[in-house]
Amino acid sequence: MKISPVKIISLLFFVFSGFYLYYAHQIRVFSFDEDAPFNAKTFPIYLGYAGLFFSGLYMVLPERMPSNVSLSVLDYKKTITLVVLMIIYGVTILKAGYFLSTSLFLILSYVTLGEKRWFWVFTLSFPFVAIFMFLLHGLLDIYLRDPFLKYLGIIG
Amino acid sequence: MIEGILIGLNTALSLKNILMVMIGCFAGTIIGMLPGLGPMTAIALMIPITYGFEPSTGLILMAGVYYGAVFGGSTSSILINAPGVPGTVATSFDGYPMAQQGKAGKALAIAAYSSFAGGTIAAIFLLFAAPSLSKVSLAFRSPDYFGLMILGLTAVSAFSAKGHFLKAMMMVVLGLMLASVGQDTLSDIPRFVFNNMNLADGISFVLVVMATFAMSEALTIIFKGSDPTQAAKQISLSKLGSIRLDKEETKKMVTTIPRSSIIGFIIGVLPGAGSTIASFLAYGMERNFVKDEEKQKFGKGSVNGLSAPETANNAACSGSFVPLLTLGIPGSGTTAVMLGALLGFGIQPGPRLYQTNPEIFWSVIMSMYIGMVILLILNLPLIPYIARILAVPRAFLIPLILFFSVTGIYLMSFNNFDIYLMIGIAVVATILRLYEFPMPPLILAFVLGGLMEENLRRSLLISDGSWAFLWDRPLTLCIMITIVLIVFWQIYNSYFKKK
Repeated sequence: MKISPVKIISLLFFVFSGFYLYYAHQIRVFSFDEDAPFNAKTFPIYLGYAGLFFSGLYMVLPERMPSNVSLSVLDYKKTITLVVLMIIYGVTILKAGYFLSTSLFLILSYVTLGEKRWFWVFTLSFPFVAIFMFLLHGLLDIYLRDPFLKYLGIIG
Repeated sequence: MIEGILIGLNTALSLKNILMVMIGCFAGTIIGMLPGLGPMTAIALMIPITYGFEPSTGLILMAGVYYGAVFGGSTSSILINAPGVPGTVATSFDGYPMAQQGKAGKALAIAAYSSFAGGTIAAIFLLFAAPSLSKVSLAFRSPDYFGLMILGLTAVSAFSAKGHFLKAMMMVVLGLMLASVGQDTLSDIPRFVFNNMNLADGISFVLVVMATFAMSEALTIIFKGSDPTQAAKQISLSKLGSIRLDKEETKKMVTTIPRSSIIGFIIGVLPGAGSTIASFLAYGMERNFVKDEEKQKFGKGSVNGLSAPETANNAACSGSFVPLLTLGIPGSGTTAVMLGALLGFGIQPGPRLYQTNPEIFWSVIMSMYIGMVILLILNLPLIPYIARILAVPRAFLIPLILFFSVTGIYLMSFNNFDIYLMIGIAVVATILRLYEFPMPPLILAFVLGGLMEENLRRSLLISDGSWAFLWDRPLTLCIMITIVLIVFWQIYNSYFKKK
């Protein structure tokens, strides 16, 4: 028996709603608010039930318009690599600084997606980020903490 | 009203704001042209930039992006038969055949003139409708607002995901759940924070928009292995032809534009309906209005067939601002993003907006006119060149979108946690998109979550915990009946109607 992926997603959402509802009941409210017609947990409790209702309904009712997705044609390698690169970018952005981490993220992403024209790979990374940073500082007056450029003495 | 128009003109015609409209229209056109990247992505990418501006300037920029993106979507429909946004699908029915006949320039000109006329006529309607509706909506009470918000969410779910109503409703609930994270606005009690200080203030609206639109759209393109820029590489500058229209073509447009503008505006005002339904409806109705001879040309390059949807989708864009500006309730995903941005500026749209912040209210309306003029005089001659810019390879385009998304959220919080959270939401959204779970209902629900809870709180406290507030007032009762009808109609259509 083949189970539709959308039904599996609905099941996951059903479980998620169950957890949400459990934690909604755990929200601590002030003692004088316990029996009030509305307190901090009223709305989340309704939402939890709504989540259970709609996902439960989807699981029970037949699918009239099933989504046909061919999993074999999806590009898992490039997508996962890009997600990992973004996570590394997030990790390094504060420590290595905006300029270096952004430029390296762009270079690695271009290469991951198959770009081999090194002139453009370089131009659309370090110089591009430098111009972008200049616009942020000059135009929008936004300061970006950058230990790397500070070490080089480029910014204060 | 005259005073308001003058205030609006004064604000909208400042050099800075004109520049913003130009930048917005230009950037919106480029992003809107790319199949898969619509106005919501375009506006989402602009939000972090707008926070450096005054609210009116920021909103003017976003309005420019909105119109530009809709116009850009029409361009890709005509040139490469790949609509950038659902609202321009009907444009390709006659626009693309015209382009194949060597009249791409003419088709682009018809689209541009129709968009301009439709948008301008609808902006005039908005000019009169918005203040009147603002006065009427002052009579609205919390139960009515609560009902209107449910109506908006139900309608967007019904119309944005044809045949996938339950999926859309799940997205609505998910959006409301995400909005409930953080401190309760009244009691300051933390909810779903899990002792993580980064969640104490809740999840940022910009983060959710960036993750579910810009970032997940970019990831979906890579995941599916599609290349939105491939078709644009085949465009030849020399094959576009003349953009001049002859007398007969102009005459046809003159009859089509007024009726399609009215249809577009009315549909745009309705919650959830938006430009897609407006353009299809206008196309269908136009086919009934024209003579039999012209009817035969529909689908083969008819001037009326191209002009009608183009007029209607731009008129619907203006119409969608009516509920946003007068009730503070967005009728579509795109205006929900704009509402989120307004709330970020500390401005609460609604019936009192045009009393408390007249410069914002009127400058947005006036900037629509300016945006239309700029789209016409700037974008039309530049379209062949803009289309060339689209030949930027996917290998550069996608990383740049991801870079703008991460930078956008980083600039707002200077916090790694927000970046991880955004990546997490984007990955989930990418999987959900793959199985046709619509994202606009999620965004609308996320934006309305706080307001909805607030109005439910007031209603329940006034009625001492009784749900009778849903049918006590005739207005609330009418809204609730409409909601029930939409739900039953959707369930009937999805599960009981014979195919």
